[in-house]
Amino acid sequence: MNQPGRFATLTVNGRAIAATGDPARRLSDFLREEAGLRGTKSGCDAGDCGACTVIADGAAVCACLMPVGRLAGARVTTVEGLADAPGEAGTLSRLQSAFLRHGAAQCGICTPGMLTAAAALLAKKPRPTEAEAEVALGGVLCRCTGYRKILAAVCDAWREDVPEAPLAPGAAVGARVRRLDGVPKVTGADRFGADEWPEGALLLKAVRSPHFHAGFHFGDISAWKAARPGVAAIFTAADIPGRNRFGVIPAFADQPALAEGTARLRGEAVALVAFEPGAEPDLTDFPVTWQPLPYLLDPAEAEAEGAQLVHQGRPGNHLITGRVRRGDAAAALAASTHVVQGSMETAFVEHAYIEPEAGSAWMEGEVLCIRACTQAPVMDRDETAAILGLPPERVRVLPTAVGGGFGSKLDVSLQPLLGLAVLKTGRPARMVYTRAESMTSTTKRHPARITAQIGCDADGHVTALSFDGLFDTGAYASWGPTVANRVPVHATGPYRTPAVLARARAIHTHGPSGGAFRGFGVPQAALAQETLYDQLADLAGIDRLEFRLRNAFVEGDATATGQVLHGTGIHDCLTALAPHWTRALAEAAAANAAPGHLRRGVGVASCWYGCGNTSLPNPSTIRLGLTPEGTLVLHQGAMDIGQGANTVITQICADALGLPVEAFTLVGPDTFLTPDAGKTSASRQTYVSGRAAQAAGAALRAQILRLAGLNGAASLRLEAAAVVVEGETSHRVDLAALPPNPHGYALMAEETYDPPTAPLDADGQGTPYAVYGYGAQMVELEVDTELGTVRLLKITAAHDLGRVINPTLAEGQTEGGIAQGIGLALMEEYIPGRTENLHDYLIPTIGDVPPIESLLIERADPEGPFGAKGLGEHVLIPTAPAILNAVRHATGVTITRVPLLPHRLRAAILAKGAP
Amino acid sequence: MTEATSDYARPTALPEALALLAAGPRTVLAGGTDLYPATQAQRLAGPLLDITALDGLAGITAGPDGLRIGAGTTWTALAEADLPPALVALQQAARLVGGRQIQNAGTLGGNLCNASPAADGVPPLLVLGAEVELASVRGVRRLPLERFVLGVRKTALAADELLTAVHIPAAALAGRSAFVKLGARAYLVISIAMVAVRIVAERGQVVEAALAVGACSAVARRLPAVEAALVGAPLSEVAARITEAEVAAALSPIADIRGTADYRLEAACVLLRRAVTQALPVEEPA
Ligand SMILES: Cc1cc2nc3c(=O)[nH]c(=O)nc-3n(C[C@H](O)[C@H](O)[C@H](O)COP(=O)(O)OP(=O)(O)OC[C@H]3O[C@@H](n4cnc5c(N)ncnc54)[C@H](O)[C@@H]3O)c2cc1C
Ligand code: FES
Ligand code: FES
Repeated sequence: MNQPGRFATLTVNGRAIAATGDPARRLSDFLREEAGLRGTKSGCDAGDCGACTVIADGAAVCACLMPVGRLAGARVTTVEGLADAPGEAGTLSRLQSAFLRHGAAQCGICTPGMLTAAAALLAKKPRPTEAEAEVALGGVLCRCTGYRKILAAVCDAWREDVPEAPLAPGAAVGARVRRLDGVPKVTGADRFGADEWPEGALLLKAVRSPHFHAGFHFGDISAWKAARPGVAAIFTAADIPGRNRFGVIPAFADQPALAEGTARLRGEAVALVAFEPGAEPDLTDFPVTWQPLPYLLDPAEAEAEGAQLVHQGRPGNHLITGRVRRGDAAAALAASTHVVQGSMETAFVEHAYIEPEAGSAWMEGEVLCIRACTQAPVMDRDETAAILGLPPERVRVLPTAVGGGFGSKLDVSLQPLLGLAVLKTGRPARMVYTRAESMTSTTKRHPARITAQIGCDADGHVTALSFDGLFDTGAYASWGPTVANRVPVHATGPYRTPAVLARARAIHTHGPSGGAFRGFGVPQAALAQETLYDQLADLAGIDRLEFRLRNAFVEGDATATGQVLHGTGIHDCLTALAPHWTRALAEAAAANAAPGHLRRGVGVASCWYGCGNTSLPNPSTIRLGLTPEGTLVLHQGAMDIGQGANTVITQICADALGLPVEAFTLVGPDTFLTPDAGKTSASRQTYVSGRAAQAAGAALRAQILRLAGLNGAASLRLEAAAVVVEGETSHRVDLAALPPNPHGYALMAEETYDPPTAPLDADGQGTPYAVYGYGAQMVELEVDTELGTVRLLKITAAHDLGRVINPTLAEGQTEGGIAQGIGLALMEEYIPGRTENLHDYLIPTIGDVPPIESLLIERADPEGPFGAKGLGEHVLIPTAPAILNAVRHATGVTITRVPLLPHRLRAAILAKGAP
Repeated sequence: MTEATSDYARPTALPEALALLAAGPRTVLAGGTDLYPATQAQRLAGPLLDITALDGLAGITAGPDGLRIGAGTTWTALAEADLPPALVALQQAARLVGGRQIQNAGTLGGNLCNASPAADGVPPLLVLGAEVELASVRGVRRLPLERFVLGVRKTALAADELLTAVHIPAAALAGRSAFVKLGARAYLVISIAMVAVRIVAERGQVVEAALAVGACSAVARRLPAVEAALVGAPLSEVAARITEAEVAAALSPIADIRGTADYRLEAACVLLRRAVTQALPVEEPA
């Protein structure tokens, strides 16, 4: 029998490691905590995500399900052992290089698991088929990429990598530049929230409510602590020095960092326990008594008369209503030749990033430093400071790499808790959410119940839309107001609609807080509108694509808010789909000619999406400096959560400045080092921060040219401590000779850009966004009518990016957004109390995403940098409605609820009269 | 690290393992793919008996009485083994359990002992008339699988017993089999319903039929009435003879987040028809 002490020697990446401690410890925990190999990620500790995959004696296994004691004498390979010669630059394995070449790593949190799973396959089958690769990777979840580029990379990994040829200055925009932050993502060196902590850090665990709604009180906390030497400190709301109330929109701030007397949310933190390093973080028997209270989970009940209030002061549990009114929709509908009416119901959707919230914090003198995963460093700073009663200058937020965000990491989660523990104890602390904590306590996509009516004339020109949306905003406000404002603006879809009445209201329940999730309510609205468009087209007897083309916005059209559009690419997107549409319809018809239970269908849907905050300022500032030594430093404050801001912003800046991308050194969004580039949300970074980066690049170029006494077409080159400018004549700007500014730069430019928007009036009239992006997707699928299952065959996605800054990254965004749209349509339904893990909450796997063909359209926007628009959220919007439209085409069944689980589709088919 | 370590044993000899089990309560740890997900902690609480090093616990051997599949045989080993067509269903199931990583670690024995209604290993073994072999210091006993898995998370395993093997009687090695699983996504999915069938046909007629359905009752079940109706059927009629009423009569599905009870019954019937069609010989034997 094994006893404590050294019990096993295992060989990890060729190095013998003596294992001590508990043999029944998870291998993943041992690798990360003891062996320092933090490339192996923990996403669930339950075998569900595959992020912890390592190769043990040739076989891919989940390290979270493996007792380290079993590996005595075994050979283990982790991601750190995949490079041909670990530790040396330029010696990535072919597989790793293929991941970079294909853009197969976005946030990178799944990448170690993908790479190890693939390496185990390649060891046996160096040139696998796509089907073989799919099977090998079926056990690793990725929430960012949509898997297609991962598959391509694995199948292409036999090829020797040809390094990128350097690009001529000015040629970065539009080039398939590999992610600038990609190498650490494929070597396992990237540091996410859970991967770094100061020596001696306390380990924090939150005590959370197991009830949807409950009063609580504490028993003898000091006695509980006294009996447990591993417990260093315990905190409750009473310990919070500042304002125990936060919220992304200050006017609606309503969420406590630690609940006070009542928990309104299952998973809400009520106390925080700090454990000594190495102590078992065991919360068993924590002295808290719960008094479960009646709760509301149905927003219709919650807004009904007499319902209990989730928050005093919000009568009817009503948070906010957004409204857009143009013309007389009721009259226009009454006068329309054809009118359709319908409803749509959607579920809570979980972001399910593979990285649960994690971070660490410590004091540096008077300054509280917080290193955590986030999408919004400056908002984190301000909210944490307010909760802790500190001036913002005393809080420094140093973001880690972010293993996916998709909107939920905009809100603070563990930042105030880390700060509280550090401030009170003076000791460093770290905290890592379990998967269950991440799923229960953080925000979700708002469930929506939408009813709508749309009319058209005899020629198929849309006349009017009336739209009413009820959004379950859960226990706390979070981004509920944004959803309520954004939805009515976008309710028409990218189509001319002369008369509009659109309303969306956010209602509180005791469900999870409805927050930001890729699209802020617009995907739900598009599900309603785009499925009704198919019915309307049928009524009018017009081909469904043609119907959309007839109504699509063109240059100079006005939206429902009265805004006149420029750079409007939806017509181009739909036009680009036309040949695919003709082919797909013909193929489906041919396949359906034979009877049987497999029915093919084709569907199309569009999107539009305003980039940036709705009618509110959201500036970005970018700083660019040249040191006296000639290092070009870009302070890139736009959080890269996998979408590629580090690369795209640099590409834009490079071309504006006229130096190659390779010349840049990046400083990330550390609130002490880098100006605020705003939050990574609302598809704003490429456009807003990109514009600031373009301006900063141009400003620095202008300074250099001025010093050289040249203008216009001169070319720049960096040399040691100098910039060489070649125009009609050649000049050398001696950087060492220039006095450095307070930032230490010999030359520096700092530029701010804020989108020109205008407020919306009471009828929602105004200019909510400066730039819109557009897209349309076509889905081909096959329905198994006997079982109600759906098999996707192909998705063709046409998106107008204005200007494609980086085609590889754009395709990656598109494929990832589509994968999330597939989940929304077919499988994702978060049920609080029931699906709080990745076993029961299903997101698409590698086998669920079909081949995707991206058609990148460039209709330049007059505001965007080099004409570019945002893309991140757009790409998710059309997928789900296009799937429902294809299902209807295949089966004749109109779907009014997602996710379309097999039993629901089968029931709908039966209700219609089985085919 | 604290010094709190679990009592973890990983013997190589069966008698040693059985003696440990006899000495006091001890959790048997095989692949760990059910045990580890059940805890939020970074370790399994002891005392533990890791059976993955036990001699003779993994592997498939053929003898005059039939096949013996060691309880420690992983899904991957099952899928890659060269086995008669009667075991195709079990091999298909092996390829559909979780993902590769789960198949590389998870064992057949763990699947049976865990006794989930959705255990994919059970229906293919039911149609093979499998027996389990249970060993303890008190001796070795055999039980038909139907009498081993008793309910949700309930088996006939005594506290001091180890499941050592699954036996497939020689008579059950005849015929061809198929397994069909229904889930809401492609990989890593718990079955909404799954079925296994084994059909023995002679001269264009079914002479023996074994059908089992999982995830539609607390324990996967054989369908004797449906089986009886298939015997004597010409191959072209087999699927049609599976009636919803008879399938439904044998099952008692629950409604949960993955599907309604009615849907499960209907789906089970569809899956059975497809499975028999898949299992039947493409060409009639001469
Ligand atoms: C992500 C994921 C996906 C999964 N997908 C599927 C799936 O699709 N289909 C499916 O059926 N299952 C699935 N499972 C469940 C699990 O993988 C299987 O049930 C597996 O076969 C269990 O085997 P194991 O060796 O890992 O069991 P362990 O976890 O080691 O043990 C399971 C139980 O059996 C006991 N036990 C194990 N072996 C013996 C023995 N020889 N004698 C006595 N007791 C024993 C243990 O004490 C424990 O109670 C999945 C699990 C995960 C984590
Ligand atoms: S952490 Fe091991 S599978 Fe998710
Ligand atoms: S790149 Fe796969 S999860 Fe982010």
